[in-house]
Amino acid sequence: MSELEAVIGLEIHTQLKTRTKMFCGCELSFGEPPNTHTCPVCLGLPGALPVANARAIHFALMIGFALGCEIAPQSTFHRKNYFYPDLPKGYQISQYDEPICRGGELAGVRLHRVHLEEDAAKLIHVGESGRIHGSERSVVDFNRGGTPLVEIVTEPELRSPAHAREWLTLLRATLRSLGVSDVNMEEGSLRADANVSLRPAGSSVLGTKTELKNMNSFRFIERGIAAEIERQRQIIESGGAVEQETLHFDPSSGRLSSLRSKEEAEDYRYFPEPDLIPVATTTEMVSAARADIGELPLDRAQRFEADLALNADSARNLAFRGELGDYFERVLESTGVEHAVAVSNWIGQLVARIEDADPADTNVTPQAFGALVVLVGSRAVSGAAAREVLDVLVAEGGDPQAIIDARGLGSLSREDGDLAAIVAGVIAADPSASERVRAGNEKAIGALVGAVMRETRGRADGAEVTRLIHEQLGT
Amino acid sequence: MTDLVDLTAAQAAAAIGRRELAARELFECYRDRAAADELNAFTWVAQEPPQAGDGPLGGVPLAVKDLFCTAGVPSQSGSRILEGYRPPYTATAVERLARAGAPLLAKTNQDEFAMGSSTENSGFGPTLNPWDRTRVPGGSSGGSAAAVAAGLAPWAIGTDTGGSIRQPAALCGIVGLKPTYGAVSRYGMIAFASSLDQAGPLTRDVSDAALLLMQMIGARDPRDATSLDYPGSVSLPTQTDLRGIRLGVPTELSGDGIEPGVLGAFEASLELARQLGASVERCQLPHATHALAAYYVLAPAEASSNLARFDGVRYGLRAQGATDLLDMYTRTRHDGFGAEVKRRIMLGTYALSSGYYEAYYGRAQRVRTLIARDFAATFERFDFVVTPTAPGVAFELGAKTADPYAMYLNDICTVPASLAGIPAISIPNGMAAPPGGGKSLPVGLQLIGPAFSEDRLLSVAFALEQALGFDGSAARR
Repeated sequence: MSELEAVIGLEIHTQLKTRTKMFCGCELSFGEPPNTHTCPVCLGLPGALPVANARAIHFALMIGFALGCEIAPQSTFHRKNYFYPDLPKGYQISQYDEPICRGGELAGVRLHRVHLEEDAAKLIHVGESGRIHGSERSVVDFNRGGTPLVEIVTEPELRSPAHAREWLTLLRATLRSLGVSDVNMEEGSLRADANVSLRPAGSSVLGTKTELKNMNSFRFIERGIAAEIERQRQIIESGGAVEQETLHFDPSSGRLSSLRSKEEAEDYRYFPEPDLIPVATTTEMVSAARADIGELPLDRAQRFEADLALNADSARNLAFRGELGDYFERVLESTGVEHAVAVSNWIGQLVARIEDADPADTNVTPQAFGALVVLVGSRAVSGAAAREVLDVLVAEGGDPQAIIDARGLGSLSREDGDLAAIVAGVIAADPSASERVRAGNEKAIGALVGAVMRETRGRADGAEVTRLIHEQLGT
Repeated sequence: MTDLVDLTAAQAAAAIGRRELAARELFECYRDRAAADELNAFTWVAQEPPQAGDGPLGGVPLAVKDLFCTAGVPSQSGSRILEGYRPPYTATAVERLARAGAPLLAKTNQDEFAMGSSTENSGFGPTLNPWDRTRVPGGSSGGSAAAVAAGLAPWAIGTDTGGSIRQPAALCGIVGLKPTYGAVSRYGMIAFASSLDQAGPLTRDVSDAALLLMQMIGARDPRDATSLDYPGSVSLPTQTDLRGIRLGVPTELSGDGIEPGVLGAFEASLELARQLGASVERCQLPHATHALAAYYVLAPAEASSNLARFDGVRYGLRAQGATDLLDMYTRTRHDGFGAEVKRRIMLGTYALSSGYYEAYYGRAQRVRTLIARDFAATFERFDFVVTPTAPGVAFELGAKTADPYAMYLNDICTVPASLAGIPAISIPNGMAAPPGGGKSLPVGLQLIGPAFSEDRLLSVAFALEQALGFDGSAARR
């Protein structure tokens, strides 16, 4: 059997950050008490009618432009009919065969379509498990119901779980840079489903696909897709056939469970929403959307590389996580762009400590962070000591110089008699290494430098220590 | 008291304006008559007059079809699934009329979710025809039509999807107007078929219809995306002749399937129109013969979706003792909906199903477009199209309940204008005996005009009304 390759497509839902809901005047809700952001329209009361949110249409057009889509001169809303308690009208207003945007491409991955729709309400299952099975009863919070959503569907052109994750990161940064969504996966303002199938490498025929639903972090998406590829590989390699079904990935167990099979797939009976008129995209709407688009992540990465001399990886790491890019640029405001490479490197240190958090939400102000990088650059603090300062900044905040002073983390310098004394002591304590250095063995100096560093708890500058050793040994 | 009831709404409003009559006295007169109703025309009657605007409608109280949402007042659309449902808001049309000085008097009976032509499909029992209580008042706005004809309400509003204002108006001997689609806000009307539903007046005469319509149209309702700024205006009609008016009589809607008595009255009114100076000629609406078939695909398709929200989760009936979610849905809808509603939900669900959509919904939409074109072509040569409103006079209760198709045929003359979204009015056109003989019953004449031609339509209807001189007082005794 030939090698199998994975074919992955993504379907992304992003909640738009409009003031009001998609089809009524209720303000969007952010954790308010249940059912306080509701009205006859979003509760689906008899006689209530939807009116499309112009701002949501504007945002969808911005997304369309940013992704290089073809903007439809006219798009229509359709009703997607199915019964569920989180769907008060018994249908979701969505778009079907006339979406607002078609086609497009982002970082080599082509897009199928972009369309507008409304979010469902939130079901809360009361009882032990928190899931529908085993719950005593379920209640509905309609605050979320009717929140504007944009659905972005890719062509099946992603090739690996890592590729899917990386591309999704870029998409998220792109949406974030547009300011159209909070794009927070944990809070559900960005949600992704993945279609996965396998085929013999090089084949152009698509295999049977499965759909992975609602994975709520980048890590789970990568893991979920990887688990599904492995599951399908085992089925195919043991001579079986993959069944078309919808799957749920449980990140705690790493297992996939079936939500429904093809036979259980619903007939949504799409038809044009008669309560709404088609959206005619005027030239005014088009130019307004275009005018609201700022710098996109791909362009930003390019700029970081070209203007700030960052390497390609660093530039993308900052630009594709927009909040890092924003933080980076704010730090540069206080340090000056000549420190760009150092700031970029030190942001790597910061990310290792704060992981997925937005640095703007941490204790480390851009000014403090910049000051620390400048102190390192001027050798006022060693790299090792600076990492210790950064730990303190992350934990408590504060001013780097004050932390250095309070904890005695400042560099021991040439002028500092203490450092010369420590070097002298180390040379005296290791005559054999000293001898080898005198004999011209450059590598032997490492042991002496290491000993000085231990003595000084990393506060000494390595180059300075090397110079002092040579000076004292007369080499 | 009977003196008051003999006044048309416009006359009563004028009397109130001249301070010869107190609005409260008029309200109490009609409230007492409505409360003593023997026709089952009402589903709710007000005790006290609600606050009403000091507007041009003078405080003359209004009967409103059950399906209009009225805050705090039962709004059930004739269905047991909404029994006792009191919405938190009021429909735009009702609110505009209240502000203009027509306070809510009562809610009127109707076919369940406006699906029917006899008001026998109401979950709250049938309404009786005031001319003959063994007969139906038509439908679905049968309660509104019967109430106005019987003098239990000065005037009323109803809704028309395929004839639900015009046909009961005809069967009860009153005036009923279906405006251009989009002229009146649908916000707060419990939907049957969204692309067809339109609110309009049911009144004793054409002037009353004009007076009500004036207040229903105007600036578009920001809550209804399909509503429109009304171009032009509507004024009280004064025209008494029809000189220069070209009337077209479509061959397809004025022969086959029309009762002889109705046809006789129709021919007589055409002759009268000629005497008033109109030219009357045959015209063709070639696709009108397919209108009913297209309508009974499109309206049920939309209804199947519009009625999905009645699921027992948030309001209205919820069946008890369900074992799971699906069982709750099934039992609620089984218990709450009547037979005709279930029939149309099934028809519509089928028509929208994967694999059938093009053959049914798609094709019906194309027929709809062709019918609109037929009218557009006709209006290049004619000012208005005239037809009988209904193919027959009021039929006996139960006569057609076992045969849905016979019932659907009642809409044959009214459905084409609904599909085209254009205005149409029914005015009383004398009386005719039913096919088997017996007491004569009212007949309706329908005038259909181009979109937004309501002002001219009312003028022509007024001229004909004056010449016809119909006397509906017998139904008010």
